[in-house]
Parts: sequence; structure tokens; C-alpha cells
Amino acid sequence: MTVVSTPQLSARPSAGSLERPPAASAGVIEARDVSKSYGSARFAKTVIRDCSFTIASGKLTVMIGPSGCGKSTLIRLLAGFERPNSGTISIGGKSVTEPGRDRLVLFQESALFPWMTTYDNIMFGPRARAERGVEPRRRAEFLLDKVGLGAFRRRYPTQLSGGMQRRAELARAMINEPRVMILDEPFRGLDAMTKKLMQEYYANLYEETRRTTFFVTTDIDEAIFLADQILVMTNVPTKVRAVIDVNLPRPRRLEDVIENDDANQIKMQVLSLLHEEAMKSFAHGSKAAADFIDAYSKRVRKPS
Amino acid sequence: MQGAVGFAERAGHILLSARFWRGTLATAVFLLVWEAVARAGLVRVPAPSSALVTFNDLMRDPSFWFSWYLSTRRVFAGFLAAMLVGIPLGLGMAVSRILYGIVFPVFEVLRPIPPLAWVPAAIIFWPTQELSIMFVTFLGAFYTVVINVIDGAQTIDLRYYQAARSMGSSSWDIFRRIILPGTVPSIVVGATVGIGIAWAVVVAAEMISGGGSVGSMGGASGGGLGFFIWNSYVGGSYNQIVVGMISIGIAGYISSALLRKLGELVTPWLHEQ
Repeated sequence: MTVVSTPQLSARPSAGSLERPPAASAGVIEARDVSKSYGSARFAKTVIRDCSFTIASGKLTVMIGPSGCGKSTLIRLLAGFERPNSGTISIGGKSVTEPGRDRLVLFQESALFPWMTTYDNIMFGPRARAERGVEPRRRAEFLLDKVGLGAFRRRYPTQLSGGMQRRAELARAMINEPRVMILDEPFRGLDAMTKKLMQEYYANLYEETRRTTFFVTTDIDEAIFLADQILVMTNVPTKVRAVIDVNLPRPRRLEDVIENDDANQIKMQVLSLLHEEAMKSFAHGSKAAADFIDAYSKRVRKPS
Repeated sequence: MQGAVGFAERAGHILLSARFWRGTLATAVFLLVWEAVARAGLVRVPAPSSALVTFNDLMRDPSFWFSWYLSTRRVFAGFLAAMLVGIPLGLGMAVSRILYGIVFPVFEVLRPIPPLAWVPAAIIFWPTQELSIMFVTFLGAFYTVVINVIDGAQTIDLRYYQAARSMGSSSWDIFRRIILPGTVPSIVVGATVGIGIAWAVVVAAEMISGGGSVGSMGGASGGGLGFFIWNSYVGGSYNQIVVGMISIGIAGYISSALLRKLGELVTPWLHEQ
């Protein structure tokens, strides 16, 4: 595999977005100085502080950060389930104030409705908006086929395996043709083999549709395999620590990415950034954690 | 929906299953022990064999079956009223904070009052004795139904609402397609428990409220299995007491089994494999 470009680490969060077309294009998420805190004024806990980033149209942006860093809070803000205390979030130039079908969230755990069959789950959106006629049904059939669940259309979610549930949920989201897909650690909790298959399947799906995607994970390998751009987040209160472009050629294969030098270099960057952030979260630093990450880094460096 | 073949197959399965035989054996052992204890004269209780003889006689007595009918009618009338009032009230309380704030304090004060404590007041308040007993039966099932509906609706996963909202659901759509089906399993539990309580209550209410004219089939007041037992006690027929008791047990079992079956039909997602 040839080296395409040296990935650059930009110090300023928005630096990565400067080369891209202006925000007017469709499907762009713009977060400006977003802050969110919980609790009363006196005992407020700030989860997100002055967080700004831009997500380009048609790109897959992966957000990675130490666990418990407020990623899920940020997703609730993007989805419109909650409002930020200050700052603005806009999607396609429109300010986010409530949930809308221009963006769809796939949660960590399955949120398929247990009382509906696969088909009814997928048809939920069109029915909610009272879309009639053959067109929604045709789309549902197409998507059932696309996610390989045609034979399982009459099954209930509990009758599907973990991987099937995730695919059914992808189909249920895609039928609404959102401008932006937001995925919150979608493959967490799947067994290793299923997870790999789902990552490859998802990468294919993305490459076909090129729908603007915001993907949250704690898995560095997953991040590098999928991303066009990685946002590395700081510890709580969260903001963007660095933006890293991943210019690996598509279509990608898991094996290629593992052996790729660029990919490994990005991995080192991300790891060291996450290491720093993780260290901050220990009050006095933890020798054990430091040793672990140090040992891990050496092992990754070895092949190069 | 299986045909006759499916039914025969399933009946065969049941007959061959260890569970069925375990249940049969347990019942047989229970009856044998009871028979032995009664024959040995350890306790003054009629033996099942003599109760069976009495039951055989009663089977030909229309007034016995009329007692069954009266109690069953009261239980189902009270139970259905409890469902009709309890489900909408529970859903309303779960959905609306205002309604919850208004109703819940009153509800919680009334709830600890045992339904049987209502019997005298009910007899005074309702124009007929029949309605009084039905009302007490209603109370027996009502609280359980309401509590279960509220709990079921409130414990629906937040993510279902969020998912529905982000796909463009209106409030009515969320109520109809998320809250309602999400609460059905709890409604089934509430109904199954509720009808059991209704049976317990109806018998006691019939004993307290007295017989009116038992045996006269046209009599609109009194009667029922509870009164049948009480009357047998007063008349000194201990065999009939036992038959009456077992009748209630069987009636309660059939009602619960019926509701469980109905419950499975309305919650296919919990039972299909």
C-alpha cells in the first residue's frame, strides 16, 4: 500500500476544516463554543466547555476520547434531546433546537422497539410521518435486502442476534434519509468476530452512500479504519483536543489498515493524546496506567 | 393459527412432558395425604373421597351451578370495570404530571383500605346488593391494575421516546405506538394478579352480605360460592364446605389461565421463539 499523505496533527481544533468548502454546503454540522453543565448554579458540573468543531459534508468523522468524557452528552445535544447552556449547534445552517429527522441517532444499545417486527421497526419513520403509498414500502424492502434481513422481516428484535439488531437499526435510520447519521459506539458489546464483520459491513455501506456521519467510539482501531477525520476529545470538561485527518484510500480493508504505516502513525498520535488526557483524569497520575500505555506504545512501534 | 393436527400434536407434547406428570403426581400425593389424615381422624376435616361423593350429588343440583354463575359474573363485572377505569387512569397518570399530582394522593390514601372494609359502605351506597358486591370486587382488582399500568408506562426506556421523536413521531403517535404497546406486558401482569384478588374479595363479600334467597334461581340478591360455603357451614354440611372451597380454587385457576393465554396473544414479542 502506498503512502498517500502524512497525516497532520493540527493544534487548533478548527484547522482541519479550513481547507474544506464553506459551511453552506448540505449536511454540515457546526458546533460553536458549546458548553453544557448539569446541576444547580452552585454545584454545577461542567461536562462540555467551549467545544467547537466542524463536520464536513459527505465525510465520516469519528470522535474518540477517554471514557466518561462527555461524548454521550454531546450526542444528546446534537440530536436535540437537550440544549446547550451556551454556544450554538447548527446542522445544514439550521440551528438545532429540538429533535429532527435531518439527523438520526443510533444508540449504544439497541433501541429497536421490542413490540414491533423488523419490518414494522423499519417502517416506523415513514408511518410516523404518515407517508402513504408504495414508495415507503419499496424503500423498506430495498433496505431489508440491503442489510440482509429479508428472511427476518417478521421476527421480533429479541429473536435477532446482536449484529442483526444493529443492521436492522441501521435500516430503520436510513429509511428516513437523514442528512446526518450520528452513531454512538454502535458496535460496543458485540463479540469480537461480529464486531469486525459489522465494521467492514458498515464501511461498505458508508462508501456506497457517503452520507455525512458522526461516529463516536473508544476503539482506536475502529476509529482509524472508518474515519476520514478523527476528533480527539479532552477529558471532562470536554472539548476538541486535536483534529486528525485520515487519508487512507477507500475502499479499506481491516487487514490493510492494520499493516499500514500511516495508520500506525495515526494510532500513535491518538494514543499519546489519549494518554495525556487519561493521565489528567487521575488526580496524581497513576503509575500503573502510565506503564500500561507505555508498554502498549512500544508494542505498536515495533514493526516500523 | 394451527389446525387440528397442530392441536393434537401439542396435546401429545403436553401428555409426554415431564412437567405435566410432575404436576399430576404432586396433586395425587396431596390428595392421598389429605385422605390419610382425614381417615386417621387427626383433624376434623372431610376426606376428599367423601367430598367427591358430595360433589357428584351437587353436580346435578342447578342451584350449585347458579352459585358458580353468580360469583363468576360478579368477578368478571368488577374485573372488567377495573380494567376499563384502571387502564386509562393509569396511562393518564403516567403521561400527565398534572393528573398524577391530582389523583395520586387520593389514590394512595384509599389504597390501603381493604376492599372488605368497603362492604358496609357499599351496601348503603349502591341501590342493589348485586352492585355492592361488584363494586367491592372492582376495588379488589382496581388498585393492582392502576399501579401496574403506571409502573409499566413509566419504566419504558427513554431511548424509545428519543428514537421515535427523532424519526418524526407526534405526541399522539408516541402514545399509540410506544407507550401503549410498551405498557401491555404490565397490563397483563396487573390483570392476572387483579382477577385473583377479585376472586378472594368476592367470596368474602358474599359471606358478609348474606344470602338473600339462596336456591331460588330468580333471586337477584345474595348467593354465590361465598354464600354457598357459609350456608354449608351454618347447615353443618362439611363436605359441601370443601366442595365450595375447591370450586373457588378451580374458578380462580381457570380465570388466571385464561388471562395468561389472552396475555400471550396480545404480547407476541415476548413469547415467539
